[in-house]
Amino acid sequence: MLLRHTTKEIKERKSLTVNPAKTCQPIGAMYAALGIHGCLPHSHGSQGCCAYHRSTLTRHYREPVMAATSSFTEGASVFGGQANLVQAIDNIFTTYDPDLIAVHTTCLSETIGDDVNQIVNKAKKDGKIPEGKYVIHASTPSYVGSHVTGFANMAKSMALQFAKKSGTSNGKFNIVPGFVEPSDMAAIKEMVKTLGISPIMFPDTSNILNGPLTGKYTMYPKGGVSIEELKSTADSIGSIGLGPLASADAVRALDSQFKVPCQVLDLPIGLLATDRFIDALRSAAGVSVPDSITRERGRLLDVISDMHHHLYGKRVALAGDPDQLIPLTEFLMTLGMKPVHIVTGTPGKAFAKRIKEITARLGDEVKVKGPGDMYTLHQWIKNEPVDLLIANTYGKYIARDDDIPYVRFGFPILDRIGHTYFPTVGYRGGIRLLEQILNALMDRMDRDAPEEKFELVM
Amino acid sequence: MTGERTHSVDPEEIKKEILAKYPAKVARKRAKQIMPNAVDETGNVPEISANVRTVPGIITQRGCSYAGCKGVILGPTRDIVNITHGPIGCGFYSWLTRRNQTKPATDQDDNFMTYCFSTDMQDEDIVFGGEKKLKAAIQEAYDNFKPKAISIFSTCPVGLIGDDVHAVAREMKEKLGINIFGFSCEGYRGVSQSAGHHIANNGIFTHVVGEDDHVMEAEYKINLLGEYNIGGDGFEIDRVLNKCGISVVSTFSGNSTYGQFANSHTADLNTVMCHRSINYVADMMEEKYGIPWIKINFIGAKSTAKSLRKIAAYFEDQALMDRVEAVIAEEMPDIEAKRKEVKKRCEGKTAMLFVGGSRAHHYQELFKEIGMTVVSAGYEFAHRDDYEGRRVIPDIKIDADSRNIEELTVEKDPDKFAPRKTADQMADLEAAGHPFKEYDGMMPEMEKGTLVVDDISQFETETLLEIYKPDIFCAGIKEKYAIQKHGIPMKQLHSYDSGGPYAAFKGAVNFYEEIDRMLNANIWEYVEAPWQSSPQLSAKYVWE
Repeated sequence: MLLRHTTKEIKERKSLTVNPAKTCQPIGAMYAALGIHGCLPHSHGSQGCCAYHRSTLTRHYREPVMAATSSFTEGASVFGGQANLVQAIDNIFTTYDPDLIAVHTTCLSETIGDDVNQIVNKAKKDGKIPEGKYVIHASTPSYVGSHVTGFANMAKSMALQFAKKSGTSNGKFNIVPGFVEPSDMAAIKEMVKTLGISPIMFPDTSNILNGPLTGKYTMYPKGGVSIEELKSTADSIGSIGLGPLASADAVRALDSQFKVPCQVLDLPIGLLATDRFIDALRSAAGVSVPDSITRERGRLLDVISDMHHHLYGKRVALAGDPDQLIPLTEFLMTLGMKPVHIVTGTPGKAFAKRIKEITARLGDEVKVKGPGDMYTLHQWIKNEPVDLLIANTYGKYIARDDDIPYVRFGFPILDRIGHTYFPTVGYRGGIRLLEQILNALMDRMDRDAPEEKFELVM
Repeated sequence: MTGERTHSVDPEEIKKEILAKYPAKVARKRAKQIMPNAVDETGNVPEISANVRTVPGIITQRGCSYAGCKGVILGPTRDIVNITHGPIGCGFYSWLTRRNQTKPATDQDDNFMTYCFSTDMQDEDIVFGGEKKLKAAIQEAYDNFKPKAISIFSTCPVGLIGDDVHAVAREMKEKLGINIFGFSCEGYRGVSQSAGHHIANNGIFTHVVGEDDHVMEAEYKINLLGEYNIGGDGFEIDRVLNKCGISVVSTFSGNSTYGQFANSHTADLNTVMCHRSINYVADMMEEKYGIPWIKINFIGAKSTAKSLRKIAAYFEDQALMDRVEAVIAEEMPDIEAKRKEVKKRCEGKTAMLFVGGSRAHHYQELFKEIGMTVVSAGYEFAHRDDYEGRRVIPDIKIDADSRNIEELTVEKDPDKFAPRKTADQMADLEAAGHPFKEYDGMMPEMEKGTLVVDDISQFETETLLEIYKPDIFCAGIKEKYAIQKHGIPMKQLHSYDSGGPYAAFKGAVNFYEEIDRMLNANIWEYVEAPWQSSPQLSAKYVWE
């Protein structure tokens, strides 16, 4: 029993978080920055943050994750980090030659009140930023929001610090894909293209965090949104932000500053959310949906109808990010399952409200908490057991102790592969999710079946 | 990559090449940390700069003080509730994998290692102070988990806003009646995780060691200091020691418990594995309780045998010496057989190691055993004595960053001090070739002309890979995949990837097998696609 101290009896906790269902802003900003071509993310704080973020991203993606740090020691913490950042910018351009540096703050630099904008301007004035190179920055205090917020802040900075209206439309659509896998980003781009729309997707980590083995390492792989594209986002026909927490700020900023009309949708996870995404693209661009997409949709429906007997009425517990959990819960409802225990660590009242709306049909059966933690989720499970757990890697302990079929979903996943290569967004992604859910349930059925019931056809 | 290796590499040239890339100020600093190794007849080595600040913007392997304190030292201690006081990130990232293994005696024993406890500070806590929330969190931890002890770890903002975690700990200790103690291990303290090790060890020494005077009934009682049970290393060391009849009172800090720390002052000998992380604790325990210490190394079969003999020699008991010899004789044949078999495939190959504060040294033994040469190595967070040997300790300059880390002043404990050996006995042992408190460091044991690099950067790693084309590289997870993209296998030595144990006898066999697999797996031969090596001659379909 690895979680032997998790009891059925629930005692109120207001100050102690146990087994969090979120992490901090800077990692989201670092991940987003990796989705710009030629970018070196930079963490403005003590070097531990940068080390932790790089380690966690590396473990999840199993790919090189490079980022630099301002390496604060006590002096910088007292006197401010300006000298460290200016020096870092100089050293980075000399040593690692990126096209741009994307600086994000940490709780340390935020608490002492470093004004990164002013420091970057100073670096520029001092000639530390070479001609044709850039430094962008985002404020990402770790004591506000979560990793999703950090992604949102960097995505917003990306657009705002580059975008420039030229007066001529580029005929493209801005897409902010949300804090999703490189595989998801590629799939989202593909869907958009299939509809005949040219996307500028930012950030774009596909081909960066699922790269090939070639015998050569390059710090800046071929991939990511280009600086030229980012500049051009102000000239786009419209923007779609996928996942309100991670993407709304960026597309709304482009709307208010450059009059690029925007829509904020749920991440296209599952049937209905993908329907809304495709429909929004179709209406905004005035195109008709090609048969290939309608066929894919039909396939997802076909699988659901074929396998409904395994899904109907099954109780599910979920932990993860709001942007993912909302469409996922909706998808589970579509499948006839019962998402009954749901927690996110990311603060925000909208989450519980949306979940309650989506699961209204289940009434009081549904418990939802945001912000909550995985200790709470586990206690709920102990009191009212479930048939399936969907969570990130840390769900593993709960699944083992309480012997629950388990699907890994979200961030981070440290102990399996696949997430970086196989998307879970779109209709095809829906089939993959469904496959994982069904496999978990059927593996359990097979394991527990008495010999006379052990069946080939399921 | 094999076959293209250059054997005659001039380390001075490489050093020059690396420094040429850096801005002048960085080059000046790095010049002192990159040192071609040279050992003279008396064992003297060149001076290397270590335990100095990382240069902002230069991509480093290092982590922070909090990581060293909470993650490395207190992390593998299973029955203390470790509360991170700060925003959620630090606690989340130090939520351990099974890197450090632990095994409670029964299902009823406490084990909090798979839990992550945090005060998850929000902006209002930063503005108005987090002490109130911390107190409440300790109360909630007590109500929910009833642990033997609770410890508190300060993160960067806690130090800045001035939360007094020590005062909170004292108050709550008084209130709840269990041991509660805090660590000022803010990430900005010191220049690497080494500072955090120091803060953690000092805290354990101050708040826990000596709390329980119960003496274990055993003939030969030792503490194993600086052993973290990575991948189960400590389990294998325990197995071997127990087989020899040697009992471990406590391990600092792998598979350890609160009770073992509390009781550790009753051991008769301290054995030090990772010199960096804990040599000062060994010194303090000698000063306060009279326990002598020796440096041992359980990485490598020969090193293990040597270390067992050292321990036996200390106890000066023929029966123990005989048993140790019997165990070595019993364990060695299997290892030898495997070693010889693997050596056939690994002999002559080269390795690089850039890990830890002792690991880059210890693992060189294992590579030697299978005929491999370490052409370049360095530590992530060591100090000069770990490179050059303890004799340089008096010459090490104390800079501002080290001065921030508390040095404890220790005196003889009036009741608990008991010399384990007389001064004469100690002197006789020394004269017989069994030195106490001695560590020669990494450089004297490395070959002349190898390159020693302290706090290696990403750019330096790339340059070394290009020039040396080593057959294997050892580092941590952040370095792993960048190195493998080159087609060079990368072995993690902080977490062992999914392998281990690598310590002591069975561990050596595991390591031989692992290196054999990594060097000889055929995947690296396929990096180039067939159409990349043979250019197309004519545009004709072959089936035409």
